[in-house]
Amino acid sequence: MTSNPSPPGPVSRRTLLSIPAAAAGIGLAGCGSLTDSLSGKTQVRQWNLLAGADGAVMTEMHERFAAEHPDIELQATTFGWGTPFYTRLVMGASGGNAANIATIHVSRLKSLSPETLLSPIEIDEIVEAGLDPGDFPPDVWDKCFHEDRLYCIPIDTHALVNYYNRTICEQAGVLTPDRTLMETHGVEEYFDLLRAVKDVTGTYGTSLDTFAGWRQFWAWYRQQDGEWIFHEDDFELDDDKALAAIEPLYRMAEEGLCPTISDGGQTAANFENGAAGLVQVGNWEIVRFRAFSEAEGFDFSMAEMPDFYGNRRTQGDSHGYVLPYQNSWDPAVRKATVQYAAWMLKHSFDWGAGGGHTPAYLPVTESEEYQSLEPNAEYSGVVDNVQFDPEVWFAGSAARIYDEVGAVLQQVYALAMTPEEALALIKERAHALLALPNPVD
Amino acid sequence: MTTDTTTPQEATEGPPPRMSTPPSPKRRSWTGLWFVLPFTAVYALFLVWPTVLGLYYSFTDKSLTGRPVSWVGWENWAETFGDERAWDALWNTAVFTLYSTPPLVILAIVFALLVNRARKMGWFLRMAFFAPFVIPVSVVTMIWIWMYQPDGGLINHYLQMLGVQSAETPTLWLQDEGRAMWSVVITTVWWTIGFNFLLFLAALQTIPKDVYEASAIDGANSWQQLWRITLPLLKRTTALVIVLQLIASLRIFDQMYLMTGGGPNRTTEVAIHYIYIAGFEGYRIGYASALSYVLFVLILIVSIVQFRLFSRKED
Repeated sequence: MTSNPSPPGPVSRRTLLSIPAAAAGIGLAGCGSLTDSLSGKTQVRQWNLLAGADGAVMTEMHERFAAEHPDIELQATTFGWGTPFYTRLVMGASGGNAANIATIHVSRLKSLSPETLLSPIEIDEIVEAGLDPGDFPPDVWDKCFHEDRLYCIPIDTHALVNYYNRTICEQAGVLTPDRTLMETHGVEEYFDLLRAVKDVTGTYGTSLDTFAGWRQFWAWYRQQDGEWIFHEDDFELDDDKALAAIEPLYRMAEEGLCPTISDGGQTAANFENGAAGLVQVGNWEIVRFRAFSEAEGFDFSMAEMPDFYGNRRTQGDSHGYVLPYQNSWDPAVRKATVQYAAWMLKHSFDWGAGGGHTPAYLPVTESEEYQSLEPNAEYSGVVDNVQFDPEVWFAGSAARIYDEVGAVLQQVYALAMTPEEALALIKERAHALLALPNPVD
Repeated sequence: MTTDTTTPQEATEGPPPRMSTPPSPKRRSWTGLWFVLPFTAVYALFLVWPTVLGLYYSFTDKSLTGRPVSWVGWENWAETFGDERAWDALWNTAVFTLYSTPPLVILAIVFALLVNRARKMGWFLRMAFFAPFVIPVSVVTMIWIWMYQPDGGLINHYLQMLGVQSAETPTLWLQDEGRAMWSVVITTVWWTIGFNFLLFLAALQTIPKDVYEASAIDGANSWQQLWRITLPLLKRTTALVIVLQLIASLRIFDQMYLMTGGGPNRTTEVAIHYIYIAGFEGYRIGYASALSYVLFVLILIVSIVQFRLFSRKED
């Protein structure tokens, strides 16, 4: 069901790991909130879904923000990634009592019914806080609008990438002389690379999250310029291209080049304990692997998605800040809220360096300091190759089509379903979703 | 002095009319009301009112997005009856109930009988069987998810050590369509059996010893004592446990949501999970309310049938 940090419903090791981060967030909020609000501090309540390793980076940034803004009391709360978070956000906002600011995936903006559940952000407001609309990549910025009103401030771009274990890959002979992963072209070349790596590890070539198959599917479907366009009661999906995107998953699992079953926690563990020489997960896992590297002397780096069909497009999304609908906005709180968002963006170098995300705030991304950051520089091309999910109310990160397709593809990895059966079922499920009344239009 | 004599007179004259005249019980109920008020208020606010509101919503297109609500009549209800996914979910709930209720009742009796016989380690066994029930569901599911891990999970590890399973093809517990339901049933039995066990144990301890002594004198062996004395005397408790267990099993959601997320391929998607999906992921509070009422009515029917069956037997 979910996968970014937490795998399907089941509580993973990673969710367990994230508890300290969440506790830290709550702890921060718990710093004598009553006495503080009595002492006249402006209270800003923030909700986030960063239950993964990147949540720890955000908590550190929050501590710095709190230290620099003694007049603002920031209460940050981390919820379980995906549906649990969005459910709370929607329910809180529909009652007018949600947090003042919340993180979302930009792809989910339309599914959150901006007119009724979010509070529009005035350009003047963000300019006053020191931001400029020109400071953001135009394609991401445009996605933050709904019916010509700004509802979201983008924080970053993140995507599916390939991590590789240098030690294993070197033994397998798949590194270039400058110790980066060899570039491959086409499915077969990449499978040969995986075979060579599997010969070294004895278990798998690559590790990946078999519960989050949507990401791989969408990346390889989009590499073929595949489109998934939704109409009122039907959709256009290219069957041949979709099959070409699903087949590699089946073949990879069948040949034992990847696990047949692996949740979020195990996916990362397979890479760390050397059962796999590569792992195909989101850039946010860098925090975890870096910590492991520091503890165990683990030599890894990152590369873009492998080129299967002529380019290196990958599935991705952006995080953004939204202001949930409030029954009443205290002007001082509103100002402090926007001020908080602006501060986080201006300091998003840490978000990029620590969390592995590519900051959306261009003054940070274009800085020399960021450009020379490793291993971020090695996958910097990812920003141009990111493919957002289809445009329909049930699409986007952790949205229903993501869950539904992921659940079907899990059966493909488990070899319980052929690619043809999977495609037929995906189409059936998409039709069922399309038949539901659209709650946001 | 005069007051002293008059009051007892009033008191002695008082009681008889109090018993016969209706106004006095009324006076008594006013004070009683204050004691039940806290509970009644919470009950009305968080149970009765949402139940009524839910019934109203089931006739509207109420959405979580806060859009204007309009009356749609029986539309949601009609959709419920034609919704294949809803019926599949109800079927899965029924399957879970059928799988989980017998072991939860029978094993509870067996354990209670065993513990009741134990002389020395009784306290330890009581604690051992009841302890899991105290653990929160999130912890229980996390422990079992780890045990069920195909690679490196405790269960597969020991199966491989015993040579029952090869390391090449580890058994998929929660991810296999045929086994996921059973896996959750096993977890549920381990987790909740303590409650039924305790009810049976308490009932066993109320059976007077002399019944057994008398039967022993008449030459009954222990097997006959079990079938002719113990089990018949446990009948009332068994009826209660079965009803409570059926209701608990029909309400299954937590373990499924946390352990399988309804997968693989919706084979463990239960009724409440689908209501959750329709309401909170699909924002359709109106439709989810109608679905809830269908489940509510089904549970009601099962409970009534149950009570009827058992009360008839007792007669």
